[in-house]
Amino acid sequence: MDPKRKKDCHDSGESTRVASTFPDEVLERVLALVKSHKDRSSVSLVCKDWYDAERWSRTHVFIGNCYSVSPEIVVRRFPNVRSVTLKGKPRFSDFNLVPPNWGADIRCWLVVFAAKYRCLEELRLKRMTVSDESLEFLALSFPNFKALSLHSCDGFSTDGLAAIATHCKNLTELNIQENDIYDKSGCWLSCFPENFTSLEVLNFAYLNNDVNFEALERLVSRCKSLNVLKVNKNITLEQLQRLLICAPKLTELGTGSFLPELTDRQYSELKRSFSICSNLNVLSGLSEATALYLPALYPACTNLTFLNLSDAALQSEEFAKLLVHCPRLRRLWVLDTVEDKGLEAVGSNCPLLEELRVFPSDPYEEGIVHGVTESGFIAVSYGCRRLHYVLYFCRQMTNAAVETIVQNCPDFTHFRLCIMTPCQPDYRTNEPMDKAFCAVVKTCTKLRRLAVSGLLTDMTFEYIGKYAKNLETLSVAFAGSSDWGMQCVLGGCRKLRKLEIRDCPFGNAALLSGFEKYESMRSLWMSDCKVTMNGCRFLAKEMPRLNVEVMKEDGSDDSQADKVYVYRSVAGPRRDAPPFVLTL
Amino acid sequence: MERAVNYGGDDLNLEATELRLGLPGSDGLEKQSSPGVRTNKRASPDVAEDSRSKSNNSIVSDAGNGGRDTAPPPKAQVVGWPPIRSFRRNSFQAKKSDEADGAGMYVKVSMDGAPYLRKVDLKLYKSYPELLKALEHMFKFTIGEYSEREGYDGSEYVPTYEDKEGDWMLVGDVPWDMFISSCKKLRIMKGSETSSLGCL
Repeated sequence: MDPKRKKDCHDSGESTRVASTFPDEVLERVLALVKSHKDRSSVSLVCKDWYDAERWSRTHVFIGNCYSVSPEIVVRRFPNVRSVTLKGKPRFSDFNLVPPNWGADIRCWLVVFAAKYRCLEELRLKRMTVSDESLEFLALSFPNFKALSLHSCDGFSTDGLAAIATHCKNLTELNIQENDIYDKSGCWLSCFPENFTSLEVLNFAYLNNDVNFEALERLVSRCKSLNVLKVNKNITLEQLQRLLICAPKLTELGTGSFLPELTDRQYSELKRSFSICSNLNVLSGLSEATALYLPALYPACTNLTFLNLSDAALQSEEFAKLLVHCPRLRRLWVLDTVEDKGLEAVGSNCPLLEELRVFPSDPYEEGIVHGVTESGFIAVSYGCRRLHYVLYFCRQMTNAAVETIVQNCPDFTHFRLCIMTPCQPDYRTNEPMDKAFCAVVKTCTKLRRLAVSGLLTDMTFEYIGKYAKNLETLSVAFAGSSDWGMQCVLGGCRKLRKLEIRDCPFGNAALLSGFEKYESMRSLWMSDCKVTMNGCRFLAKEMPRLNVEVMKEDGSDDSQADKVYVYRSVAGPRRDAPPFVLTL
Repeated sequence: MERAVNYGGDDLNLEATELRLGLPGSDGLEKQSSPGVRTNKRASPDVAEDSRSKSNNSIVSDAGNGGRDTAPPPKAQVVGWPPIRSFRRNSFQAKKSDEADGAGMYVKVSMDGAPYLRKVDLKLYKSYPELLKALEHMFKFTIGEYSEREGYDGSEYVPTYEDKEGDWMLVGDVPWDMFISSCKKLRIMKGSETSSLGCL
């Protein structure tokens, strides 16, 4: 709207500013209701007024790549932040493709936050390096600190957790998920003061040392608002039963070991405790669970929406019996020990299922290998028409199977298929798996995340580029025939944000075909491809706002760029890069 | 919130609500970034495509070029493949060794007079009555009531098992958990043979 016209419309009696039809207070109230960070980014781009209103009212900031921006820039733009989510290393570091001491240290962020965000309440970190000193610094610097979530982080020990427990008087959440932690002892749990009662979320499922059970029991009893409790494997069934009595209002439970060691009387007490937990929505743990004691769980399963059995090597029969009691399941994570028969039971019993993840129990084939095949996946697709998220590890697949699956479930948003032997063709026809992924991208128009596997030629990538218009994340390994494949993806996938590639025959032409695109993406990872140092240098020279980093492997050719990590940044090149990371 | 209401002073701040192309905070026109000449030909600055020396990380030499005709690569262990997190990998190794020690899971069941043997998974049952009912069902017979004094009274079939020491024991004497960890084989004895037990 023409600003002049806006002025004329106003009452001539108004003397103050008429530049905005909304008073700022109203605008800020409205913006406070906008939660999604993508929406907030859009808001900030409208005009200067809105940019300012948005930045003052933002309380939560999400930083998908810690090197894309500096802590100083963040605090300058957003003065009132209370909650920060930070992600560090490239995702392939989960699979040991990034050497240790790569970076992503939280320390420099904490120092700046301690100065500018005294009221910081929440910190959620993924793939960051966090030292014990940093944890102690955190615990002492923010008096209102409430929630700490560490996912896939490294660099700290249980001493750091002790500091958090000791000093954070207002802690509501402590979520220690899947980290590379130096597990010295379980004493940290005993550091929560006896008058501390605010805890609502406690997850220490992946810590290995014994905690003092009496201290845990007292903690659970006095924290009346506790609704998420995930204990580690050392907590026995008998101890679990005592905890359940203290916290019947739990909505999320992670059990300890489910190993049989109960008397009959103890077993019936356990069953009774589970029947009191009628509010459970999420259940996990169950390590070493066998058919023997699973029935104790049945009364607690009626309202389950998320069942995580990825630590429990269940067989198909006991799994099928358990599923009968879980009619409301929406998310299911399971090990492939349940085999196709178990997945058939999923199809029969879980009509509301939206997400399925099947993990391999024997990824390196050290024993007699069974696992799941295409039949299990097909069975699920017939029974669970609302399925939209799948992560499936298998040893054989056919194009026809995938075509059937996506016909049954066209609403996939996340399709991650891992055929575990690299370059494996359709085992029936011996053709490449191109047709399978072509069917996926053609049928599933809402697809946002895709991981491909099996023997694939450039045709797969042509189709991805042509049809996957909503694709944001693509993971590729051991696939493709030539540069053309990657060029199609970069040219066609408008919304692509993250591209991670390993062991593919994509070289400089492919890399350089996307250089305009990389600024609209979060990052590109290419390892063990055909990219050379000169290609990377060229990219770095042409695109100064990108950080082009190369990690060389010992003994490789000087001209090869073994691991390439390209990402946009307003903070310039890293100042903390270790010697093995070359910034071009 | 501690800040002033007016950002640009008291004068009309038309700029603040102006809609423009370009990021707020940048003044004047954005210079169109020209990323350089884009050619269609292979823009490899190198003269020749570097032939990649086969690193021991990767087991793929040519995925597409005649890849269809070659056999799938040998099952060597590739770094970071399959793509599962390390914490999952570790827990499987532990699980594996646990399962290997579990004696007395699937055990053979023989019945006198039956032409072939069956197998049952002892871990499916929580107690003797459950196991015995399953056996009755499997072989289509009935077992009498168990009592410590009389054994299985009231039928011609008696369930026995071979324990770790090789002795044949009557099913039901020891606690269930002890039974499943020591039972190696089951045998349903019939009629005449059982009378010898009755003499005990």
